[in-house]
Amino acid sequence: MILEVKELTKAFGGLKALEEVSFRVMPGIILSIIGPNGAGKTTLFNCLTGVFPPTKGRVLFEDKNITGKKPYEITRMGIARTFQNIRIFGRMSALENVMIGQHSRSREGFIGAIMRTEGFQREESEIRSKALEYLEFVGIKEYAYSLAEGLPYGYQKRLEIARALATEPKVLLLDEPAGGMNPQETMELMELIKRIKGWGKTVIIIEHDMKVVMRISDWIIVLDHGVKIAEGSPRQIQNNPDVIEAYLGKEGIF
Amino acid sequence: MGIKGSLFLLLGISLGYSLLIIVRKYSGFLSGIPLGKEFKPPHIRYDSRLLYALTLILLLVLPLIVGDYYIDVFILAGIYIILALGLNVVIGFSGLLNLGFAAFYAIGAYTCGLLTTKAGLGFWSSLPMSVFIATVSGLILAFPALRLRGDYLAIVTLGAGEIVRLTLNNWDSLTGGPNGISGIPSPFVFGFELSKLSHYYYPVLFFVLFTIFIVRRLYYSRTGRAWLALREDEVAAEAMGINTTKYKFLAFSFGAFWAGLAGALFAGKMRFISPESFTFMESVFIACMVILGGIGSIPGVILGALILVILPEVLREFQLYRMLALGIGLVLMMVFRPQGLWRRG
Repeated sequence: MILEVKELTKAFGGLKALEEVSFRVMPGIILSIIGPNGAGKTTLFNCLTGVFPPTKGRVLFEDKNITGKKPYEITRMGIARTFQNIRIFGRMSALENVMIGQHSRSREGFIGAIMRTEGFQREESEIRSKALEYLEFVGIKEYAYSLAEGLPYGYQKRLEIARALATEPKVLLLDEPAGGMNPQETMELMELIKRIKGWGKTVIIIEHDMKVVMRISDWIIVLDHGVKIAEGSPRQIQNNPDVIEAYLGKEGIF
Repeated sequence: MGIKGSLFLLLGISLGYSLLIIVRKYSGFLSGIPLGKEFKPPHIRYDSRLLYALTLILLLVLPLIVGDYYIDVFILAGIYIILALGLNVVIGFSGLLNLGFAAFYAIGAYTCGLLTTKAGLGFWSSLPMSVFIATVSGLILAFPALRLRGDYLAIVTLGAGEIVRLTLNNWDSLTGGPNGISGIPSPFVFGFELSKLSHYYYPVLFFVLFTIFIVRRLYYSRTGRAWLALREDEVAAEAMGINTTKYKFLAFSFGAFWAGLAGALFAGKMRFISPESFTFMESVFIACMVILGGIGSIPGVILGALILVILPEVLREFQLYRMLALGIGLVLMMVFRPQGLWRRG
């Protein structure tokens, strides 16, 4: 198990955004987390990445307890994420955005920067060439030197993925990667996610587009009102009456 | 405005401009890190090093060309460039609105003043102490400031600035209260007393270049990128593996480091310091330099400091109206060019 969530509860005052959610994630799969608005999907991501600590329960990453750790520590251990509302560094170039992703995989500090030591220069050029590779991987290398805030929406989303990949994660969390994309862009995104999986990375996705979810997921977890109501393969989920009733409506949209 | 004044303005502008061209060219050349959309690789159409050398020579021989009054202004401009570059690390790079920056400036100046007059140390042994104590003060202020952002941080730093000034004003036995400290000795270099302004100009010039050098190199490094990320989006920065707390501490203390240096240089120049020089308006004035020139941009901040020091001198004949003009200018800036005069890349 690469990731294990045990009875995770997160309460905001009286409201329980997550209630006793437990699941396990096999390495190298694409796991989708679905559920209606307000089901607690993003809250789950925030608990996994340390944005806020859970009220109860534990998160184990490679059998190490990461509950209550700071976001930057969790990133260092190997979990990276993107955000539902794009959070790129707008007034920096695309390349610099991805270079920042390399922060926790590099170490040169004040002295190296001031003296421009050999080690500093080597590390710096390594960071740059790796960042360019990630930009190429997501297909926006030709925009490396453009200001991030000037990029089209779809490219900003790809940039966020490149930046997250640059932290060299084992688990990548994508919060609605296809949100706001047209069908063409969505297709390309699915290809991209499959290629990331091909690298041996575990991908966890929050997604509303059922076509995307059903086509790329190896496993699906369904949340509703903070409770896990089902999990299984795409086929099992499609035929699960609880899911159909609670989330998809009685008519079914598959 | 007299002929002298006009000449002076021209000199200032041309000097500033050539300096900026060089810094800008040099920046792409040195770092190799492209700046943004409009960045083009530095194809050498003219030798930027030559221009750089010419400006340096011009700056070096300046005291031989112009009189003491101008040198006085240039020294002041140099001190403010150091201050503004220091504050730029806090506001411009890291996005932490610090409105009490004059406190560190004051701490640097008073450390130097006290050590030279009361402890009998020389200027050059006091200077590192000024820098050190200012840096430590920066660290201390960072503690309460860490949890705050934006307006709230501005208020806390403003309060801290006032606390320092009021302490200096009221701790008569140590600081001399409102009377300040007088009789600060001039620095010596190899047994030669830098008593004249035209002599004192050189160490200031050296430290200005030193500041630009260090700040630039940090800007184009892992540390600089972490600061920028902190400014752009704190949550995302932390998700990228950046220990935001550590980098806030670094920004605060590194900014204070330069304020301490500037404070010591100020004490050595004026040879008299009092709390009056370190009011809230002083903090605002330095912040204006950062904002006017272009938040985050090193050449922009240098330009901002030059303009805000030189312009009031040029407009001296208009007395009170010059501050009015300055105020109007800043307001118009905010409306028409909020990114500052010198936009990045």
